[in-house]
Amino acid sequence: MKAVLTGSHFMLGDIACAEGALAAGCNFFGGYPITPATETAERMALRLPQVGGHYIQMEDEIASLAAVLGASCAGAKAMTATSGPGFSLMQENIGLGIVTETPCVIVNVQRGGPSTGLPTLAGQADMMQAKWGSHGDYEAIAYVPNSCQEMFDFTIKAFNTAEKYRQPVFVMADEIIGHMTERVVIPGPKKIKLVSRKRPKGKKNYLPFKPDKDLIPPMALAGEGYGIHITGLTHDARGYPVIDEETQHEMVTRLIEKIRRHAPKIWEFEEVETEDADIVVVSYGAASRSAGRAVNIARKEGIKAGLMRLITAWPFPEKRIKELAESAKAFVVPEINMGQISREVERFASGRVLSVTHAGGGMLSPEAVLQKIKEVAK
Amino acid sequence: MSAKGAGNEGKIETVEGHPLDHILRQDRLPHIWCPGCGLGSAMTCFAQAIERVDIPLKKQVLLSGIGCTGRIAGYVNVDSYHTTHGRAIPFATGLKIANPELCVTVFSGDGDLFAIGGNHFLHAARRNVDINVICVNNFNYGMTGGQQGPTTPVEAKTTTTRYGSFEHPFNLPYLAAAIGAVYVSRWTTLHCRHLEKSMEKALQKKGFTFIEIVSPCPTGFGRPNKLGEGLEELRYYREKSVIKNDASWDEMDLHMRGEEPIVVGDFLDTEKPTYLELEEQMLRKRGFMK
Ligand SMILES: Cc1ncc(C[n+]2csc(CCOP(=O)(O)OP(=O)(O)O)c2C)c(N)n1
Ligand code: SF4
Repeated sequence: MKAVLTGSHFMLGDIACAEGALAAGCNFFGGYPITPATETAERMALRLPQVGGHYIQMEDEIASLAAVLGASCAGAKAMTATSGPGFSLMQENIGLGIVTETPCVIVNVQRGGPSTGLPTLAGQADMMQAKWGSHGDYEAIAYVPNSCQEMFDFTIKAFNTAEKYRQPVFVMADEIIGHMTERVVIPGPKKIKLVSRKRPKGKKNYLPFKPDKDLIPPMALAGEGYGIHITGLTHDARGYPVIDEETQHEMVTRLIEKIRRHAPKIWEFEEVETEDADIVVVSYGAASRSAGRAVNIARKEGIKAGLMRLITAWPFPEKRIKELAESAKAFVVPEINMGQISREVERFASGRVLSVTHAGGGMLSPEAVLQKIKEVAK
Repeated sequence: MSAKGAGNEGKIETVEGHPLDHILRQDRLPHIWCPGCGLGSAMTCFAQAIERVDIPLKKQVLLSGIGCTGRIAGYVNVDSYHTTHGRAIPFATGLKIANPELCVTVFSGDGDLFAIGGNHFLHAARRNVDINVICVNNFNYGMTGGQQGPTTPVEAKTTTTRYGSFEHPFNLPYLAAAIGAVYVSRWTTLHCRHLEKSMEKALQKKGFTFIEIVSPCPTGFGRPNKLGEGLEELRYYREKSVIKNDASWDEMDLHMRGEEPIVVGDFLDTEKPTYLELEEQMLRKRGFMK
């Protein structure tokens, strides 16, 4: 069986995510069933053995991410897929992945929360958890798909980014996108650009955490004879624990800079009619579909509205928000939560930010967005 | 060391190194463990074992969780991973499945493996993942200051059981055998030769193996429970240990007080297909593997 199912398909979002992972070279999946992410796991259980990979159903999400990190350390392109409660359980090991610079992909098909919340209904309320969920300072990378095609495409992007920057990367989908069925076009394998982690160029002088100029260290795998030591403790370039202020400062600064310095290359967004927009609607994921419709109607009614749709929520494309803020009168931020990314927009858009909130459980309507646009336009 | 005062200048032979030096990360020594702690002996046995077995050091991977025992991964000179508290077993599971050529050992404390990590231990044993788990049981949480753990015996004093522990502890070999380990043994740090042999066996055996090492923690457990310093506890082991390979499961309970024996031995050695072997079997049956 082929890893890349080239052709045009009518496909569920969660399944498109699994197919994207396979097209990206994923050969290890460790997970624990949870609605609405289960179909990704089920698809991987079916497909991975067909392409020589391994699917393992772990005992919980803590174990799932631990297994994924272990597999990555042995050279696998590894992933897990979960939803809110599982994402909460993964947070400690997300920190381990960050500090040990272990590439992997974590898909969160968000549902309504807090707690068990709405297992079968949508939410986008884990956006801040993706940024701040694990303890300590770090920079997150998160893609937010708004179609089944993007479940496929962004999962590939997530693998490539994880490999390139050597850290866990999130796909922050939502139940609506995970559970909708749409056309997905899968290109030929040669058309899919793949990135693999940087590898040491020989054993001489190799230090596991000595970065190159781009701040990213080449990664040696278990069993290659490097005799590496990898720890979740604060460590020096050798990977040895050093518990002092200077080492902490050096390590954390580099880990953060590794992402911040490259942020302009990582962040992605899409804009519709923002050139002359008085009102910029910033949205992402399922909510951005309603946002797009609201902007269309507003334009027809003569209101100068535009849409900035986030492709990466993290790193947050702050530079672009600042630029837009120079000419726009206001920002409207519709999302299926009580105003998480809205606050982030506020940080860079000098105060004129209005959120359109929805507690979760369904789609945010275009009318709600349009109403807010009209309120601002008055 | 200076030979002055010993009155035998010239007779002392200077040794350049220890035969196991290459197995330890010299640049990380001295280690952080307290005087009298059993972890040094446990590590020495492991170093001997991994050198003796017919598996290249390059293919050996050592993992641990958090705790005093968890620090062992940082001292042994093979690829090593010091993971989060309790999660070394699932980490090792992923590593082993992604590269079955590796000989994977998890070496950690009783709290790490059986409190926070208990569930992972159960499931890895049940799956018969081909990894080795070595547990240093010092009956308490050493690193965080001697609190009660899942192996603390009834009545024992710890910093969180001031009036004596009133929880029933785990009987680790019993547990391991019940949930599917293929090899189970227990030794104290006094039984160096036996322990080494057990480790050699575990390293070479296919499937989930478990070794419990009863070990002194004078700082956290020995002093408050009148077992004294490390050396005194070893004396206690000598008096109380009984080698009994066919011990019944209830005989294996550890009380660490009074006249109760410390039953040690090679308790179980059996065979069954590993996780990867079963996976392969199923896939072959369905025609996905030649
Ligand atoms: C999630 C989490 N909880 C708590 C701790 C604190 N902690 C560090 S070591 C330890 C106990 C270790 O005990 P044990 O495994 O028996 O090892 P020992 O130190 O006795 O060798 C605890 C609770 C931690 N590091 N992480
Ligand atoms: S606290 Fe106990 S286990 Fe930890 S190093 Fe000291 S003696 Fe050993």
